[in-house]
Amino acid sequence: MAQRLKEVDVVVIGVGMVGTMVSKELAAAGYKVVGLERGQTRATVPEFQSPGIHDELRFDVRKALMQDNTREPVSFRNQASQVALPVRRWESFLPGTGLGGSMVHWNGQTYRFQANDFQLATRTRERYGKTFLDSDLTIQDWGVTYDELEPHYDRFEYLLGTSGKAGNIKGQIQPGGDPHESPRSREYPTRPQKEHYQGALFRKAASGMGYHPFPQPSSNLSEPYTNPEGLKLNTCVFCGFCERYACEHYAKAVPQTVLLPVLLANPNFELRTGCQVQRINLDSTKKHATGVTYIDAVGREFEQPAALVITCGFAINNIRMLLLSGIGKPYDPASGQGVVGRNYAYQTMSTVASFFDEDVIINPFMASGASGTLINDFAGDNFDHSGLGFIGGAFIGAVNTNGRPIQYHPVPPGTPRWGKAWKKAVLKHYNHTVMFSLHGSSQAARQNYADLDPTYRDAWGQPLLRITFDFPQNDLRMAEYVTSKAVEIGKAMGAKQVAGGPRKGPYTITQYQTTHNTGGTVMGESPRTSVVNRYLQAWDVPNVFVIGASNYPQNASWNPTCTLGALTYWAIDALKNKYLRNPARLVSA
Amino acid sequence: MKRVTRRSFVTSVGAASVLPASAVLGAVQGSEPAKENAVNAAGTSAPDRTVADRPTYLFFNAAEVLFIEAACERLIPADENGAGALGAAVPNYFDKQLGGAWGAGERLYRSGPWAPGTPQQGYQLPFTPAELFRNCLRAIDRQLAAANTPFHEMSADQQDAYLKSLESGENELDGVPSAIFFDMLLAMSIEGFFADPAYGGNKDMVAWRMIGFPGAYADYYEAIDKHGEKFMRDPMSLAEDGRGHIHMHPDIPASL
Repeated sequence: MAQRLKEVDVVVIGVGMVGTMVSKELAAAGYKVVGLERGQTRATVPEFQSPGIHDELRFDVRKALMQDNTREPVSFRNQASQVALPVRRWESFLPGTGLGGSMVHWNGQTYRFQANDFQLATRTRERYGKTFLDSDLTIQDWGVTYDELEPHYDRFEYLLGTSGKAGNIKGQIQPGGDPHESPRSREYPTRPQKEHYQGALFRKAASGMGYHPFPQPSSNLSEPYTNPEGLKLNTCVFCGFCERYACEHYAKAVPQTVLLPVLLANPNFELRTGCQVQRINLDSTKKHATGVTYIDAVGREFEQPAALVITCGFAINNIRMLLLSGIGKPYDPASGQGVVGRNYAYQTMSTVASFFDEDVIINPFMASGASGTLINDFAGDNFDHSGLGFIGGAFIGAVNTNGRPIQYHPVPPGTPRWGKAWKKAVLKHYNHTVMFSLHGSSQAARQNYADLDPTYRDAWGQPLLRITFDFPQNDLRMAEYVTSKAVEIGKAMGAKQVAGGPRKGPYTITQYQTTHNTGGTVMGESPRTSVVNRYLQAWDVPNVFVIGASNYPQNASWNPTCTLGALTYWAIDALKNKYLRNPARLVSA
Repeated sequence: MKRVTRRSFVTSVGAASVLPASAVLGAVQGSEPAKENAVNAAGTSAPDRTVADRPTYLFFNAAEVLFIEAACERLIPADENGAGALGAAVPNYFDKQLGGAWGAGERLYRSGPWAPGTPQQGYQLPFTPAELFRNCLRAIDRQLAAANTPFHEMSADQQDAYLKSLESGENELDGVPSAIFFDMLLAMSIEGFFADPAYGGNKDMVAWRMIGFPGAYADYYEAIDKHGEKFMRDPMSLAEDGRGHIHMHPDIPASL
């Protein structure tokens, strides 16, 4: 029997970046906030320190910082006609766990989406006509515009101290930045990181072809920075251990370095770790949440009543929380009815490897997670898609982040997988290869969705989330096209051999691609096609807010974190200035 | 390819590396330390190995060691550039991983029901890595005993052909598709070759020296500006920094 605790104003589920931001703002506004985190407490000292932190086997291969999949995996299948099976080991994507969430192990790539992305359905129709889209695509507008989000993007970048070069300040194109970006109100908080050799080679070739290379916006900082919360970050030293690792140097912007110390000092906030929320509780009308039920680290069950519940989990966990709680109608792909789990999307990643002679020394291990150089000329809708038969695109960049050799030892196509020839090729190419990443958009499609698995359960006895996903044909055509453009850049760099690897289907969970899972609790203008309104408030249960990349109606050509930060500040603004003053539906259905 | 006898094989790989444990276990009699002055990747003469340098196998039994040592060395062979899997003590890495938490199913979701699934759904066997190796090594041993040629007594070409039969999945190992076993064998060989020496392979950071990876070293703030220049520092293992160096932040207490 659950022990019932004293009611609080707000319960936050998940204390990652989003949960930290929400809790900090609402606690500062005087509300009593409890943060429930399923993982452990961790801090830069001692948890992220050497010698242990630069350990490729432990963190890269064995995935030490990730969600405990022995207790809480997902199940997966490519299509609804198959039987989903549990993902017994993480590979394709790596959700984190513990205080600070997945952002602790991010690369720090801090892009904004473009104005076009937020009105994708409308603008695609306007530019290419009503019949251009493949019939399986279910893309839609976000219900919020870039202009509305711009101040919140700005605030998030200044929280992180992001290092970059503006390309468009209030409509004025800036030399050295990305001319395709939507207008920003001011320059980045810190200058770009130094350019590594791969980036310099790419910049020269891409410029020569008439493209517009610019430095990757990085939240591994180029110089010391004090953020508006009064926290100080250090200069990144390019150690090459960002993604899948935590930063020992206070140089990567993560909750621990940019906000958690402020939150934890506020007596209005209480952090409880090791707490696995089982469900959001509803009253008999099913229109009002009464709090949450969770099980703590030693197995005791608690009911935490609250006036407001905000779920701030990683995308797939937000979807599951709503399904387990009976909030919103689950999506049915056969009828197209229902919304929870609908428009699950991902990212369409391709690669190009350029192999040089041995006199070109690359030193791939000197990098941060975001110290590359890239172009947006083939991203989003920055090029004319007429006659191409697809929408979307990818950034193309020399954005390799490391030379950690268990996972990074590029060899040309046709090299045997083992033996003498393999070893020879590894030695020959390790220090003489430039890798491009092609970071492609992912369009929502009718057949891709998430629901509860009928068979497999987690350690607490609850159904796993079941993901049904394969790449839509639209996205595979996009990958093919953009890869052909990137191969031309590789050749222009003077590489001896250039190998293009456009993403092919079927999607496999056995190969790492990205941890950019999106959708499933999407935001929008109508309760028929979205789970939350434009302020991220659940249509069906107004005292529940859902904040995460699960709000994205489809995924764009860039890493999702910065947009999530902006959406979070946008929702916080609505919570503080609208909802908490008058707790009601912020948008009438 | 020149036919390699068990004797010449052991001698040649033993020269630049540890002696295979088969010598320890008495499976091969009379192998002597090589007389030729083998040169490792760091350019120094290989010191004579003593009993203390040999891996102490805790997980593998004597017969299993014979297969693992020979198979790993075919996957990553010694060559003119330096040691292969044996010289890098990769079998020792296998032994410690399979005998520890990883072998016991660390980070592996282990609830049924069980179904083979599609290739896109990944590993779906009930076996832990330790159970998978035990099961498959027993099957391999039986298969080759029936053919009257233990793996470690085959020529290198024969060994490669047998490994390819495992890789292709044509072979079945007591119900396990052989490609599943082979993929794990290969992945772990690469891990043991390139992982920090603290895990028992990559002995003396030999693999890192061969490719020029500086290991746990972590400061390229100045070096990154020297585009195209080779970075000459010796690699650094976690073990060299055993006491650690704590990066304290002046404003943030350690406990948050």
